[in-house]
Amino acid sequence: MFIELINTYDWQNTTDLIYSKTDSDVQTALQFKNRSIDDFMALISPAAEPYIEEMARQSQMITQKRFGKTIQLYVPLYLSNFCENNCVYCGFNTENKIKRKVLSYDEIKEEVIAIRKLGFEHILLVTGEADVKAGATYLKKAFEIIKPYMSLISIEVQPLKADEYSELIKHGLNTVYLYQETYNRERYSTYHLKGNKSNFENRLMTYEHLGNAQVHKIGLGILAGLEDWRTDSFFTALHLNYLKKKYWRTKYSISFPRLRPHSGNFEPNSIMTDKHLAQLIFAYRMFDENVEIALSTRESAVYRDNMLKLGVTSMSAESRTNPGGYANPELNTELEQFSVNDDRTAAEIANMIRSNGYEAVWKDWDCILQ
Amino acid sequence: MEVLKIADKTFNSRLFTGTGKFASGELMRDALIASESELVTMALRRIDLKQQKDNILQYLIEAKFNLLPNTSGVRNAKEAIFAAELAREALETNWLKLEIHPDPRYLLPDGEETLKAAKELVKKGFIVLPYVQADPVLCKKLEDVGTATVMPLGSPIGSNNGLNTRDMIRIIIEQSNIPVIVDAGIGAPSHAAEAMEMGADAVLVNTAIAVSQNPVDMAIAFKLAVQAGRMAFEAKLAGKSTEAKASSPLTSFLS
Repeated sequence: MFIELINTYDWQNTTDLIYSKTDSDVQTALQFKNRSIDDFMALISPAAEPYIEEMARQSQMITQKRFGKTIQLYVPLYLSNFCENNCVYCGFNTENKIKRKVLSYDEIKEEVIAIRKLGFEHILLVTGEADVKAGATYLKKAFEIIKPYMSLISIEVQPLKADEYSELIKHGLNTVYLYQETYNRERYSTYHLKGNKSNFENRLMTYEHLGNAQVHKIGLGILAGLEDWRTDSFFTALHLNYLKKKYWRTKYSISFPRLRPHSGNFEPNSIMTDKHLAQLIFAYRMFDENVEIALSTRESAVYRDNMLKLGVTSMSAESRTNPGGYANPELNTELEQFSVNDDRTAAEIANMIRSNGYEAVWKDWDCILQ
Repeated sequence: MEVLKIADKTFNSRLFTGTGKFASGELMRDALIASESELVTMALRRIDLKQQKDNILQYLIEAKFNLLPNTSGVRNAKEAIFAAELAREALETNWLKLEIHPDPRYLLPDGEETLKAAKELVKKGFIVLPYVQADPVLCKKLEDVGTATVMPLGSPIGSNNGLNTRDMIRIIIEQSNIPVIVDAGIGAPSHAAEAMEMGADAVLVNTAIAVSQNPVDMAIAFKLAVQAGRMAFEAKLAGKSTEAKASSPLTSFLS
């Protein structure tokens, strides 16, 4: 279990180790092909900052060789903003006095038809944690409605039980994005005050369930803005390394949500700059040639345009974070989880990708293959 | 040069190509046309089976390539057979590149599941071209169950590392009664030429063309290398010798 592995590490010691990496550690990490977790540590350290251009060059080369000049497109569909958790950084926080909504099955169909018209084939279903209103049974029905229109279905929802994942896979579930948010066990409880999500270990155990269920892809990530991004990213990489060796049939993806303006008044504890995020993306790519790297509409248009050639493999577009936002864009904007940064249309994003000499890939899976 | 026969088809070109990783559909089409390849493989998962106006497919059909759908993405025999049947129905071809790789990182083929699926698919009337490890015994077993070719790997897909399995490929070629197509890992025209000189019947190249700075020129380079390698094979390479030949032969007393 990963919990046993992470228990052998001390947060502060790990942080100190990262910050004590030297120029020569970085040069070693830059030179070798099969990089260890220790090399990853050097690449995310402050000592690697002067080498960002070299890292960008290597990241671009590795990514082009493995993925070609392609960027996959996906779109999130927010099904429900009901949530029983009290996470201090999130707009869906149960304490927030906002309008709540869960899409009816008819509304899901309306949304999917609107989304299909935009060109998307890969869809990511998002909910807050509300087992009764939007649990596994609800998701299963949602899949049945969505499957005729979409080729790949992912979810970013509350942790489910092992048998629920197996059941959903049979009904078309391909990818599960589950973010630990932070690997700092001590500080975890200061961000997650109430609800199932407040249990650090249970959340971490869910990845084992996902691996055992042989889900096709698992998306990992931390929420940048909580703890020191370098230490948290080291533990994410350690987690990735553990998972890919144990659950070897599964693909992995990394996302980098940075805190965005939202309802509530939580201010980030640590700032991850654009340059830091770039350094981190390059470091991941140099550490793992195969890991998929997603960059969402939380990031600015300028940033996404420039990063798409440097290690990223998938992007969301035209995202609406309020349930019902595709069929009725003008309605319910007060329901949104956070406001997006890059608000260009899917067609504009696809054109931008093409004008950069890359192919915008809408479809790279088929529900029939599973 | 000899014409290559596989099942019911003949090929003038011994360069087979793939459709992944290109920067655009137009570039893919131009490169594949320049390669003069006559058999092109494409992943079923990239093709839009719901809509008839799929981008990749449109280009391939217009350019009149023979289509070789592949099962990339499936993890076992059962999924492969299901995907094969869908491909046959959607693309109206019984040709199939059978790829089963449960490992999503190196995309290494699962021999056990491949053999199981090949057996079924041959019975169902498919022309099966299986992607396999450079395992001579497995290749003979596949031949026994009736596959049209074997496609051993030179090195992992997309690695561009060349014929790291050359010793095993040599044995496979020596033992095979069906065409041997070296698939995966061919990263440079010289690798392709090497495989052809060894007597491979064809090679399949994708990443090295698609990811090059100039895919059209690289496609032509591969075409020429495959031709050169094949001509050299047919002309019979002179044997190598590490020592100079003795000027007074040891057996002169016999004449």
